[in-house]
Amino acid sequence: MDNVIRRRTPAARLGRMAVYAVLLLAALFYLLPLVVMLITSFKPLQEISPGTLLSLPQSPTVEPWVKAWGEACTGMRCEGIGGYFFNSIAIVVPAVLISTAVGALNGYALTKWRFKGSELLFALMLFGCFIPFQVVLLPMAQTLGWLGLSSSRAGLILVHVIFGIAFTTLFFRNFYVAVPTELVSAAKIDGAGFFRIFWRILLPVSAPIIVVSVIWQFTQIWNDFLFGVAFSAHNTQPVTVALNNLVNTSTGTREYNVDMAAAMIAALPTLVVYVLAGKYFVRGLTAGSVKG
Amino acid sequence: MSALEIRSVRKEFGGERVLKDVSLAIESGEFLILVGPSGCGKSTLMNAIAGLEPVTSGEIHIADEDVTWRTPAERDIAMVFQSYALYPSMTVRGNISFGLEMRKVPKAEREATVERVADLLQISHLLERKPSQLSGGQRQRVAMGRALAREPKVYLFDEPLSNLDAKLRVDMRTEIKKLHQRLGTTIVYVTHDQIEAMTLADRIAVMRDGNILQLGTPDEVYNDPVDIFVAGFMGSPSMNFITASLEGGAGGYRLRIVTAGEEALVLPWPVSRETPAMAEQVGRSIILGLRPEHFSEEDSRLSGMDEGTPVSARVSVAEPTGADILLRLPLGDGEVTARVGPKCTVVPGERLGLRVDMGRAVLFDSQTEQRLA
Repeated sequence: MDNVIRRRTPAARLGRMAVYAVLLLAALFYLLPLVVMLITSFKPLQEISPGTLLSLPQSPTVEPWVKAWGEACTGMRCEGIGGYFFNSIAIVVPAVLISTAVGALNGYALTKWRFKGSELLFALMLFGCFIPFQVVLLPMAQTLGWLGLSSSRAGLILVHVIFGIAFTTLFFRNFYVAVPTELVSAAKIDGAGFFRIFWRILLPVSAPIIVVSVIWQFTQIWNDFLFGVAFSAHNTQPVTVALNNLVNTSTGTREYNVDMAAAMIAALPTLVVYVLAGKYFVRGLTAGSVKG
Repeated sequence: MSALEIRSVRKEFGGERVLKDVSLAIESGEFLILVGPSGCGKSTLMNAIAGLEPVTSGEIHIADEDVTWRTPAERDIAMVFQSYALYPSMTVRGNISFGLEMRKVPKAEREATVERVADLLQISHLLERKPSQLSGGQRQRVAMGRALAREPKVYLFDEPLSNLDAKLRVDMRTEIKKLHQRLGTTIVYVTHDQIEAMTLADRIAVMRDGNILQLGTPDEVYNDPVDIFVAGFMGSPSMNFITASLEGGAGGYRLRIVTAGEEALVLPWPVSRETPAMAEQVGRSIILGLRPEHFSEEDSRLSGMDEGTPVSARVSVAEPTGADILLRLPLGDGEVTARVGPKCTVVPGERLGLRVDMGRAVLFDSQTEQRLA
């Protein structure tokens, strides 16, 4: 994308090389923690204390990963974080799907079926994006108690859906506002109703914004710690809480390799989601700003 | 039986009156055009007919049934949008059959209809394409196909040609006219283009500020306008409005036109076209309306018209269009446009003898801008 026209002098080449060198160094610097985590997670425990952070494992082993997954102690129990990993999945998947679906419907209704006060309602919903989590901990605990959902997965799902709706509604509302309303008028005349128009006309063109919403919600909910620790019992804890317990369990020697492996396991799904769909994420965020 | 009847429809948006007591009725098979400048309420009226916007008061009847409070789907109408509004995720086939599918038409029948419509509009080869793979003209055809697939009681066209380039617009205009002649459908068509209105309509409703100023055939609206606005809006180049003072009396009215640096021009008004309203305007200034084609060259061998009142004027600009020449001449307090034959030899700056066909001229009240005669 070098659009500047100029003669390629040796000095210019040198300057360019310097730029790339700096960029490369910066990239390495940012990658370093990940590299250290990966290296450490494949080292046996006895290699960790004597070696330096960056030395490669002499006798690589997956033992720390196996232990982190199935045997490591998280507080009083020693079952690894595998079970909690599935807890997270069981919470995140429905929460992401429900909040995205509700956000899509909200965005559709707020742009294509405007009613008196719909703009005000949207403005109020936007407040939800700015409310700090800690503010609602107590009222939410009370509400979950009333609903009989305390310490349950369903309760956590509900909390995440409620908090996610503000963001997903914002995403879909801004996406649908750029979709011509005449499409909806045409479908109304053709005889389609509210849900049919949504399902047949709007949803098929929503792929970019669905990807954005799913990635955003997945990352937010998977990485959540506060709600996880506040509203779960030991059998419904998400993996982030289990990871914290694992690292903080103070009996015996500190197994840094197991800690690192556990942290990698806990971080992997968001990474995978971003790698698989990141391209669409950027595309979806900029969708509508430039005519396709 | 009237296909569509609008009774005293009013529409207000937040205190602003967009439609002020609009009434009209059209017969089955009629082609009605709503024309007017932007903001005149023509699109609002169209949306009210379609049921996309509720009216504040009044009634809308389609095929003698009151549909004022029915949904768009229940009104049995079809609409072609300015932006075409083709469903982007569906193929052309899907777009055309969607309305039939929603009305639970059996699949075999839907297929047959799609084929028939595609054939009619010559888009059979495009049926499997998505709208994004079509050109503007093709999208326009698909949009019409979608409307034609069902056989509704009334078709609504909302500026369907304004997104096409000039040549294609003329072609599609002819095609719409042919379709209407062939299918005998009832059409309400919104446009701001007065040429589209003149060429397509059985009747034209000229709108302004939420009112219908005149509802009539293209000939009536063009030659017999009710006021200065209608007269000026229809026709291109538009009608010349010349300030004149009315003299004389019943049986012999005259119009005196004063042009700076010229001898005053006196034009006799034809006795057969006198109206009672003229009597109280004597001695006052009124507006004379003359269309460019009401002028012709003095030499009748060129113009083929040997009637008319002779007028002589200095030509300031001559604009040949190929088919004819448009002349700009100072007359009264401004310049007027005259349309003369292409063979006419004109030198800008020189005087030219012309004839004015007072038999087709119109007079307006200079205060109310209403028609006098």
